[in-house]
Amino acid sequence: MRRILKAVLTAIWFMALTLPVMGIKLNTLDQTVQWRFDRILWLGAGVFALAVIWDWCFSRKARGLPLLRLPKGWGAGLRNLSGRPHLKTGGLAILTLFMLVMPLTSSFYQTNIMISALLYVMLALGLNIVVGLAGQLVLGYVAFYAVGAYAYGLLYQFLGWGFWACLPVGGILAVLFGLALGFPVLRLRGDYLAIVTLGFGEIVRLALQNWTSLTGGPRGISDIPRPGFFGLEMDINASTTYVYYLVLAAVVITIIMISRLKNSRVGLALQALREDEIACEAMGIDITRVKLSAFALGSCWAGFAGVIFAAKTTYINPSSFTFMESAMILSMVVLGGMGSIAGVVIAAMILILAPEYLRAFSEYRMLIFGAIMVIMMIFRPQGLISGERRRYRISALHGAHNGGRA
Amino acid sequence: MDIQFFIELFFGGLTRGSIYALIALGYTLVYGIIELINFAHGEIYMLGAFTALLVAGVLGVYGFPVGGILIVAALAAVIWCAAYGYTLEKVAYKPLRGAPRLSPLISAIGMSIFLQNYVLLAQTSDFVPFPRLLPEMEFLEYVNYVMGPSDFLILLVSTLAMVSLSLFIRYTRMGKAMRATAQNRKMALLLGINADRIISLTFIIGSGLAALGGVLIASHMGQVNFGIGFLAGLKAFTAAVLGGIGSIPGAMVGGLVLGLAESFTTGYFSGNYEDILAFGILILILIFRPDGILGKAKVQKV
Repeated sequence: MRRILKAVLTAIWFMALTLPVMGIKLNTLDQTVQWRFDRILWLGAGVFALAVIWDWCFSRKARGLPLLRLPKGWGAGLRNLSGRPHLKTGGLAILTLFMLVMPLTSSFYQTNIMISALLYVMLALGLNIVVGLAGQLVLGYVAFYAVGAYAYGLLYQFLGWGFWACLPVGGILAVLFGLALGFPVLRLRGDYLAIVTLGFGEIVRLALQNWTSLTGGPRGISDIPRPGFFGLEMDINASTTYVYYLVLAAVVITIIMISRLKNSRVGLALQALREDEIACEAMGIDITRVKLSAFALGSCWAGFAGVIFAAKTTYINPSSFTFMESAMILSMVVLGGMGSIAGVVIAAMILILAPEYLRAFSEYRMLIFGAIMVIMMIFRPQGLISGERRRYRISALHGAHNGGRA
Repeated sequence: MDIQFFIELFFGGLTRGSIYALIALGYTLVYGIIELINFAHGEIYMLGAFTALLVAGVLGVYGFPVGGILIVAALAAVIWCAAYGYTLEKVAYKPLRGAPRLSPLISAIGMSIFLQNYVLLAQTSDFVPFPRLLPEMEFLEYVNYVMGPSDFLILLVSTLAMVSLSLFIRYTRMGKAMRATAQNRKMALLLGINADRIISLTFIIGSGLAALGGVLIASHMGQVNFGIGFLAGLKAFTAAVLGGIGSIPGAMVGGLVLGLAESFTTGYFSGNYEDILAFGILILILIFRPDGILGKAKVQKV
C-alpha cells in the first residue's frame, strides 16, 4: 500500500514537473495557447506504472536478488544448452549462412540498413577496446571515424586515389590522430579525460566545417566512388552487395582480432589498467605504452570504418560526425557490456535495426538511447552480457578436490 | 586601435561571460560536493529558457500586464528548473552513489540526451522566437552603443545572483553545511549534517542559477531551440575548469575570462573560430593546469 501511495505521489510530481513543456503548445503566429492536458494525464499514468516497477526493482536490488528470475529448470536448461559445443557451432553456422545469403535474398534497402548496422558494429567494437577493455572513457570517438572518411574523400578528390589505397591510409591517419590525442591526455583520468576527448571530437568537426577551402565546409564532399573490384564495372545494386560483403569481412576480422587481443599480453595489460591504474603501474606495466596502444588500436578501427562509410554513402559532410554519433556508439558499448564482444555486437545490431524496423518508435530513438544509458548504469552496469575474463585454473589446487581431473 | 570598438567588445564579452559564469556555478557547486560532472546541466539551462518562453506566451495571451511578464516567467523558470534539477539527481545520480566513477558520468550523458529529446518531441525542433519583454531604459541612451537593455539586465541580474550566492555560502547555516560537505563528506555526516539534503540543495541552487542564465540569454538572443544547452553547457564547463572546478569565485572569474576571450577573438579575428577557441582553452587547461586559475592542486591517493 505504501508503494502505491509513493507511486501516486511520484506521478503527481512528474505531472507538475512536465506541465509547461508537455502541456502547453504555443502558437506564436495567431497568439493562442493550446493546453494539452490529455498528454499530462497519459504521462501521469505512465509514470505511475514506471514508479511501481522502479520501486520493485530497487527493493530486489537492495536485497541482492536478480531482477528477473527464470522459471524453475530453465536456468539449468540454458546452462546445459550453452554447454553443448555442437549446438554452439550449429547456431554459428546458421548465423553465418544467414549473413552470407542476406544480400542476395533481400531488397536493396534492407541490404543498405544491414551495411550501416555492420559499420556500427565495427565502430562499437573499436570503442570497446578503449572504453570496455582499457576503461578510458572517450567521448570524441567519432572524430577518428571522420578522419577515415575524409581521408578517402580528400585523397580521391585531390589525388584521385582509389578505395583500396585509401583504406590503409585512413587507418594509419586515424591512428596518428589517436596518438596525437593520446600523448597529451596521458596524465588525465576518468571524467577529465572524457571531457578532453569530447572537446577534441568537436574541434575536429568544427575544423572540417570551417576549413571550406580544403574540406568543402558544411557542403562536404560528394561523388566519392564506391570500391572497385579488379576494375569490374558494377551497377549500384551489385556494388552495394559488394560493399556488404566487404563490411561483413571487416567485421569478422575485427571480431577475430579483438578476441585474440583480449587474452594477449597487451589485452591483459589493458584490463589491468581498467581495474586500477596505480596497482597496474605497480605491477610493472608501462602505463604510457598501454594507454597509447589502447588509443591507437581503438582509433584504427574507426578509421577503417570511416573509409568504408565514405565509400558506401559516396557523400560525406561534417554533420555525420556530431557528438550524438559518439554518444550512440558509447551507448552500444554500455548496453552490450563493457569488454564483451558478443554483447556489443548484439547491442549495436539492436540499436540500429530496431528503430529501422519499428518505424513507430524511430522518433523516440535518441530518447530511448538516453534512458537506456541511465537505466543500465543503475540496474545492470555490466551490460547485457558481461565481459567475462578468461579464468585460469590451477590444476594442483583443483587436484586436491577432485582427484586430479581438473 | 579603435577605442570605441574595443569598449564594445569588452562589454559584449562581459555580458556573455556573466551568463557563462551563472551556468558554470552549477557545475562547480555539484563537482565540489559529489565530484561529478553534471553533464545534463546545460539541458537544465535550455529547459529554463523554454519554460520562460512558454509561461511568457501563456501570460501574454491571457493579457497579463507586459511589465510583469518577464519577472513572472523568470520566476517560473527558476522554480521549475530547480524541480528538474532535484528530480534529475534523485533519478539518475542518487542510486549511483558509491558506484565506480564512470557510471554516474555515463548516466549524466544519458540524461542529457534524454532531456534534449524530451523537449524536441514535446515541443519542436525549430528555433522558437522569444518575445521581446524588456522595458525601455532611458538612462542607457548615452551608452547605447555598448549596452542595450538586455546587456544591462544580464549584468545586473547575474551580479546580484552571484553576490547573494557568495553571501549565502559564506554566512548561512546551510551554506556552511555545504562547505563542510564539500570539504569532507564523511566528517560532515559525523557532525550531523544531512548530506543527502545538502546534495539536493546543491542541485536546486545550481539549476535555479542555470535557469536564470537561460531566461537572460533567451531574451538577449531572441530565440530558443532544444539544442542550445549542449554548447552552452560545454562552454560553461570550460569556464568552471578555467577558474578551477570546485571553486565558486573561480567559476565567476573563469566565465568572465572566457567571455572576454571569445568576444575579442570574434571581433579582431573571425567569428568562425569562436567555438574552437573555447574547446582549445578547455583542452589546454585540463592538460597543463587541471586545477585552473583559482583551484587548489589535489593529490591522488591510492
